[in-house]
Amino acid sequence: MTSVLAGSSAAGAVPSAATPIKLRVENLGISFQRDGVLMPVLGDINLEVRDGEFVCLLGPSGCGKSTLLNAMAGFLQPTSGQVLVDGEAVRGPDPRRIFVFQERGVFPWLTVAGNIGFGLGKLSREERAKRVQHYVQMVGLEGFESSYPHELSGGMKQRVEVARALAVNPDVMFLDEPFGALDSITRMIMRGELLQIWQAERKTILFVTHDIDEAVQLADRVVVLSARPGRIQRIVNVDLPHPRDISSARYLELRDGILAEVGLAHRI
Amino acid sequence: MFAAALLAAWQLAVSLHPHQLMPGPWKTAQGIADLFPHGLIAKYIIASVFRVTWGFFLAVLLAIPLGLAIGWYQRAELAVNPILQILRPISPLAWIPIAILWFGVGDMAAIFLIFIGCFLPLLLAVIDAVRAVPAVYINAGRNFGLKPVALMRRVLYPAIVPRLMTGLRITLGIAWLVVVAAEMIAVNSGLGFLIVDARNAGNRYDLVVAGMVIIGVVGLLLDYGVRSLERTSSLRWGFEEKR
Repeated sequence: MTSVLAGSSAAGAVPSAATPIKLRVENLGISFQRDGVLMPVLGDINLEVRDGEFVCLLGPSGCGKSTLLNAMAGFLQPTSGQVLVDGEAVRGPDPRRIFVFQERGVFPWLTVAGNIGFGLGKLSREERAKRVQHYVQMVGLEGFESSYPHELSGGMKQRVEVARALAVNPDVMFLDEPFGALDSITRMIMRGELLQIWQAERKTILFVTHDIDEAVQLADRVVVLSARPGRIQRIVNVDLPHPRDISSARYLELRDGILAEVGLAHRI
Repeated sequence: MFAAALLAAWQLAVSLHPHQLMPGPWKTAQGIADLFPHGLIAKYIIASVFRVTWGFFLAVLLAIPLGLAIGWYQRAELAVNPILQILRPISPLAWIPIAILWFGVGDMAAIFLIFIGCFLPLLLAVIDAVRAVPAVYINAGRNFGLKPVALMRRVLYPAIVPRLMTGLRITLGIAWLVVVAAEMIAVNSGLGFLIVDARNAGNRYDLVVAGMVIIGVVGLLLDYGVRSLERTSSLRWGFEEKR
């Protein structure tokens, strides 16, 4: 099994070793106080993410992958260890690193344009309008600029949130099961759109999912977490060029390898 | 139909007890008609609405920012909460002597009473609403670099508006209740004064009930005014079915 997963990073999409490290997680541990008892959620996480890399955090629900993402984004102080971005310790949330929640994060009191322009308070009116228009187009919401979120479908709301994040031009984007609440067809479409955006804008992306196919379709590397307390069980290089053929032998091999890694090989 | 049946029952009950002073709907309608030509009724309605407006808006203006701050800083809430809980069960009418002591008989006393009656329920409504704001909105706001004051203005405040509207409706109802009571004692104009005056000036119970009807109608219109705000497009999200 090991040989299958030890794929070398050959394809152009994978940043080479020369690319600088964007985000580094050092000996990170997180425990929650529950009824006076300290419950370890994550233990001894070490991870390096290169600039422009697309990394998926994969694991069963409750393994702490969302907790890890929240700690990386600065919403959660780690119990031990630290997170470094550009060599600087993360002390809190920062507009250079935007967290995309499921579509619930869209502000329901603002229009589509208002949401996308939310983080652009410092720009002049014209510049903001231009930037908003650019990202409205990028996520295909032309004609819905003055619609309110409750008038949109789940997929459209998710597009609004991705556009709102992109509009402030962050270096890093954290996505926490962003497509989890969408139907499977919309989810497939959204994955394709996210990949196009990532290839155009070259953000560093950390993407939490419990969907193995999603991880193998999107990521340069898949970080497989074990059940609680979450530890990094294995890191899998996905050496497939984009666009990925999801019925190719290598794709299936990688997917089955990860399935075996989480203990579910070819069986239901 | 139902209203007509009620009116008929009212008329019937009054005609069965002819020695009571209670007027029937017909006499009440005449009473209302009597009030109009004098122009007094318009003056009284304006006087009452004027007091409610001032008392209510002062309360809104103070309660919203204070409630946002108290709801946001949990420690402030711990400090303030016991005081609020002690003040809350005190009827605004219990403040009437103090209002007259501080402001004398006049508009200021009535406005003060309305303010007292509105401020606490509104403050508590805002604090509760802030606590119910989903963490995703706050986290998203912080993520875009908002400092506490901007966060309150751009995230916390809009997020509580739908709940706030409900609080405003209830509070405006309280204000309208309080103004009538306040006018019976602390001033000599307004709809509350009309009722007391009509009784004192020769047991004109037709005018008393006429005053009550007018109070009811104006209260209904005020409530309708606040409710129509709920239909604003930017607010409608809070009133749609929650998923």
